[in-house]
Amino acid sequence: MKLITAVVKPFKLDDVKAALKDHGVHGMTVVEAQGFGRQRGHTEVYRGAEYEVDFVPKARIEVLAEDDDVRAIVDTIVNAARTDKIGDGKVWITPVDAVTRIRTGEMGSDAI
Amino acid sequence: MDSGNTAWVLAATALVLFMTPGLAFFYGGMLRSKNVLGMLMQNFFSMGLVSVLWVLVTFSLAFGDGGKWIGDFHFAGLSTIGNVKTVLPGYAGDFALTIPAIVFCGYQMMFAVITPALITGAIADRMKFAAWAVFLCLWAILVYAPIAHWVFSPTGWLFKRGALDFAGGTVVHINAGIAALMCIIVLGRRRGWPREPMLPHNLPFTLLGTGILWFGWFGFNAGSALGANALAGQALMNTNLAAAAAMLGWLITERIKDGHATTLGAASGAVAGLVAITPCAGFVGGISPIVIGLIAGSVCFLAIQLKFRFGYDDSLDVVAVHMVGGIIGSLLLGLFADRAINSLGADGVFFGGGSDLLIDQLVAVGSTLLYSGVVSFILIKGIDLVMGARITADQEDEGLDKSQHAESAYA
Repeated sequence: MKLITAVVKPFKLDDVKAALKDHGVHGMTVVEAQGFGRQRGHTEVYRGAEYEVDFVPKARIEVLAEDDDVRAIVDTIVNAARTDKIGDGKVWITPVDAVTRIRTGEMGSDAI
Repeated sequence: MDSGNTAWVLAATALVLFMTPGLAFFYGGMLRSKNVLGMLMQNFFSMGLVSVLWVLVTFSLAFGDGGKWIGDFHFAGLSTIGNVKTVLPGYAGDFALTIPAIVFCGYQMMFAVITPALITGAIADRMKFAAWAVFLCLWAILVYAPIAHWVFSPTGWLFKRGALDFAGGTVVHINAGIAALMCIIVLGRRRGWPREPMLPHNLPFTLLGTGILWFGWFGFNAGSALGANALAGQALMNTNLAAAAAMLGWLITERIKDGHATTLGAASGAVAGLVAITPCAGFVGGISPIVIGLIAGSVCFLAIQLKFRFGYDDSLDVVAVHMVGGIIGSLLLGLFADRAINSLGADGVFFGGGSDLLIDQLVAVGSTLLYSGVVSFILIKGIDLVMGARITADQEDEGLDKSQHAESAYA
């Protein structure tokens, strides 16, 4: 099992969610996040004074997946979130040792 | 007594009261969210403390008959003010009031409430609430009352000299602006300023507050005609035009200098124009308020750079908007005043009056800066020595809301 984590532009969140549902993903966790990568931050001007704002608002999505479904899910996210502009975000995959569904106590693949 | 005049001044009183919450939201939106309740509280508290002081002693010191420097205690505790036959000292002949003394007293109370509230924008984020309460009390009595007496009371020395101030360019704006400068010199900069960005947490609040201020300012300026008449109409027109033109002046300057016309700029420009027209509102006409507004909007915008040049942390630019805006309005009145608008006024340089009025205006501006500056400095310095005026570094990081009031603005 793997945990797929994606950081995407907030306005792309709905597209990503819809694409993942179409793909058959049953659930996901979403957090409003802030951060920066190569996009860097941006400049805001208040009463003539310029301020660098380092952190840009992002949406962080987490999805649990079976090993053989990981590639397809990553492709789905990448296709849905891409705008071809800087700041589109990243997707990464981490191994998961075990998963338990709290209500039933089911474990492993059954819990996804 | 005139019932129409009385009705208008009663309504104007409510309009001016509403400006203080408006100011609180104008300022509060520009702060970080951890300090917004602290700001609202400093303003609302003025409505409480200054109102009570006004009736106990401040009104009598401002409008009592104690000579040209200060009033006396004759009207302390509203003594004789409730009697419709009571005549306030100096209000006779051309200056005779056509409204009851209690109505005049209530109207002037709202000016006393909002004037020290203006200072809160400069000292934002770092003053102890208890120290603010003490400062507010002493300042209302020792600074506001004498200057209001000099300028507003017909027995005051600046009024007698011929200096003009229709609704408080010196008494309210220059007075609060220079006091704000003294407070921030003693309090020092906020931690992290100017290195760390301290961005507005809710600019919609700031624009809403601006709308309330603009609305209330009709009571402030047109109400100062103390009658429902053509002069009030002229003051209302001038007030709107100056706010409008100053907004344009600020936005144009900002757009040329920084590349964007901002919402905060629109709000700040309008307020700068309202400040500058305050002394002039009942003494100028025609397109003069548009010229005054355009100058105020662009000069106040440029004046904000002074704090970076000299390194004082005027958090929300009270000095640049109120002190500089008040000086601009008070001095431009020496150029644009027109007796055709108000026969009790004077003619300025551009209306054939020579430089007499301009010199009187310079004296009024200079003496307000000097007196308010010196006494405000002594007050804030004394409070700092006796009880400490500033919160601790930990409290500052935590924010005024939690550290001073044990509350949070947003759950």
